[in-house]
Amino acid sequence: MKAAIPAGICLLAGLTAVPMAATAATTPPANPSITALAARIQALEVQSTQLRQQADSALAAAHAAQAELAQLQADQASAKRAARLAAVTRAAAPARASGIGTGNAFNPAIAVILNGYYAHHSSSPASWQRAGFPAAGEGAPLPQGLSLGESELALSANIDDKFYGQLSLAVENEDGEDHLHVEEAYIDTTALPAGFGVRAGRFFSNIGYLNSHHAHTDFFVDRPLAYQALLGNQYGDDGVQVQWIAPTNIYLQLGGEAFRGSNYPAAGAGHGGVGAHTLFVHLGGDVGARNAWYAGISTLRTQTRNGDDGFNGSERLYIVDGTWKWSHHGNFKDGGLLVRGEYLRGQRRGHYGDNTATAAPATDSLMAAMTAPWTGQRSGAYLETVYQFNRTWNIGYRYDRLWPADSGPWASAFDPSRQSAMLTWHNSEFSLLRLQLSQEKPSPAKRDNAVLLQYQVALGAHGAHKF
Amino acid sequence: MNRLLSLIVFAVAASVAAGSAHAELRVFACEPEWGSMLHELAGDTVSVDVATNALQDPHVVEARPSLIAKVRRADLVVCTGAELEIGWLPQLLRQAGNNKVSSGNGYFMADSQVTLLGKPTQLDRANGDIHADGNPHIQMDPYRMLAVAKALTARLALLDPANAATYQQRFNDFSTRWMAAIEKWEAKAAPLKGRNLVVRHDAWMYFEHWLGLNQIGTLEPKPGVPPTSSHLSDLIDLTKASHTLAIVSAAYQDPKAANWLSGRTGVPAVTLPFTVGGDAAATDLFSLYDDSIDRLLAALHAGAAP
Repeated sequence: MKAAIPAGICLLAGLTAVPMAATAATTPPANPSITALAARIQALEVQSTQLRQQADSALAAAHAAQAELAQLQADQASAKRAARLAAVTRAAAPARASGIGTGNAFNPAIAVILNGYYAHHSSSPASWQRAGFPAAGEGAPLPQGLSLGESELALSANIDDKFYGQLSLAVENEDGEDHLHVEEAYIDTTALPAGFGVRAGRFFSNIGYLNSHHAHTDFFVDRPLAYQALLGNQYGDDGVQVQWIAPTNIYLQLGGEAFRGSNYPAAGAGHGGVGAHTLFVHLGGDVGARNAWYAGISTLRTQTRNGDDGFNGSERLYIVDGTWKWSHHGNFKDGGLLVRGEYLRGQRRGHYGDNTATAAPATDSLMAAMTAPWTGQRSGAYLETVYQFNRTWNIGYRYDRLWPADSGPWASAFDPSRQSAMLTWHNSEFSLLRLQLSQEKPSPAKRDNAVLLQYQVALGAHGAHKF
Repeated sequence: MNRLLSLIVFAVAASVAAGSAHAELRVFACEPEWGSMLHELAGDTVSVDVATNALQDPHVVEARPSLIAKVRRADLVVCTGAELEIGWLPQLLRQAGNNKVSSGNGYFMADSQVTLLGKPTQLDRANGDIHADGNPHIQMDPYRMLAVAKALTARLALLDPANAATYQQRFNDFSTRWMAAIEKWEAKAAPLKGRNLVVRHDAWMYFEHWLGLNQIGTLEPKPGVPPTSSHLSDLIDLTKASHTLAIVSAAYQDPKAANWLSGRTGVPAVTLPFTVGGDAAATDLFSLYDDSIDRLLAALHAGAAP
């Protein structure tokens, strides 16, 4: 059809061209046949114009139809895309079940940590003591044999638009009796401006590195000697904390705490129940994409009345902590190397009372020495390194050391030390088995080789851990 | 002590002054795809900190101090959500003490803007590390990405009304280019339709759904559980018998398991960028899709050649 129209037009054009030339050449003698021919030509001309117009409009119509079809197809495709886009877009207000029966929707996140040990000591911990450091607080070697470690239940949730709350209950065994004690119970502000945060209640102090971290995030089965001896494993108490995060490129946290002062190294809630104060500064950042670091300096000032180790007086403890993590792509959990160390140094001023621990010396002259005014310095440190092979395996080595006071009733020239190696297998983020071999020299004549086995699992809410 | 205090006061005053001099919106993006999207939608109008790179597994990033410092200064946090960052983002938000982003308008979760696939019918960790809200890995679905971009544009305009027109104009431009790209990708990827994939982690659901690919197995026996040799052995017959197109890993994953299975089945192991920066070619959202489709097409042609 399309091809037929232009051919017809050409034919008409040819027909009209020849007679036109003929009329131009001849003069008027009106020849009837010529007049008729002229009329015929005129008619043909009109006809040709009409045909041309018809052809043009037919062409235009064909083009229009084509465009319409293409548009239709495009619309269909884009409508399909638009429909697909609409289908995946979530409505602005998510539909929520309303009214009765939604009480549980606001239940706090519940997390349970289960933890158990088997310990084999070549020399039972009941038969020895670390030189210069009577057992105090919860800082002691794991008991011989099977035992339940710190198994805990934690509940946490935003309370409202301005507060967050957390409660941790821990099961612990004391002399064959189980106790459920409140490990932490605190509220945090969530809406203070300018990087400020306030915490109130019972909580672990933010001094040092390990102190604010729950034991289930540690790389080793037990806390370093320095934490056991100088902080009773971990210093937590009833108190209030104010901290501030600086609006800087580098991570900078400044803060301080006031505590009741009833737990080791404090005791007796001195100063009208505000017997412990802390100050801490933490800094951190990245070096390139593969290295991250974290470091801090903290102080803990405590008042002690009839402390666990019989001490009466005050102590000022300084802690310096540093952590360096290297990893292939800045993701330590998939492989990398960690090095961490802390140094704790406490200056005590006071005297040892007569309600000393069970191992108190018995002679009168020693008794006199114990109650005499005394100033002494005790310190401890550890350095640990962990190599993470992959998500599943890591190994680590830790060196621990204590430096007892060189005067006073617990003076010792011997520095207790310990070396530990560990291997951990993580089945998932939620469960691990750990083997630790430790060799401790608690006193000049003692040496304890220990094999420690640990399981630790997390049930319930997925925890988000600190660095 | 007084000197220390005055030093701190000075430092704060200086940093506040420095902060107000640059009034531009500061955005903290959890993953590179959101960083790229913000670049499309806002260009240099906002400053963007991207928390992770394509070689890091977004499930297990650590709450590093540097990230806390970045969240502390952010006006807006843009993350995937649906529990992908559950192991670290809550910790960053809690520690940063920045109430602008811990909830409300400064907190933008991409997965909350779209419908999710793969919502588990049974919540039990015996089934692996599953996400209760559904599969969070939406970044390889161009339709969902456009829906997120639209919602993000609205959020940017809400937080920064002075530049609202810029955001809207940039979104319109992005949307036009993106729709045209979708048309191109769909045409190009047509030969992939109906083909079978074995994947490392169940992170390709949306991509497969979009292009009509079938996922017949995962190298991880259960989500988040590393591949075991017994599970990989079980996959050999299935992979061979299903005329499988490729064994797909993401750039951040160790390709060992995929290579092992590839060696025993003859099915090519293909590493896809997964997000922007996952390989040299995937430099923005557009090239991320171009490159991912090209790599699968290359596997298709390699498979067809012999």
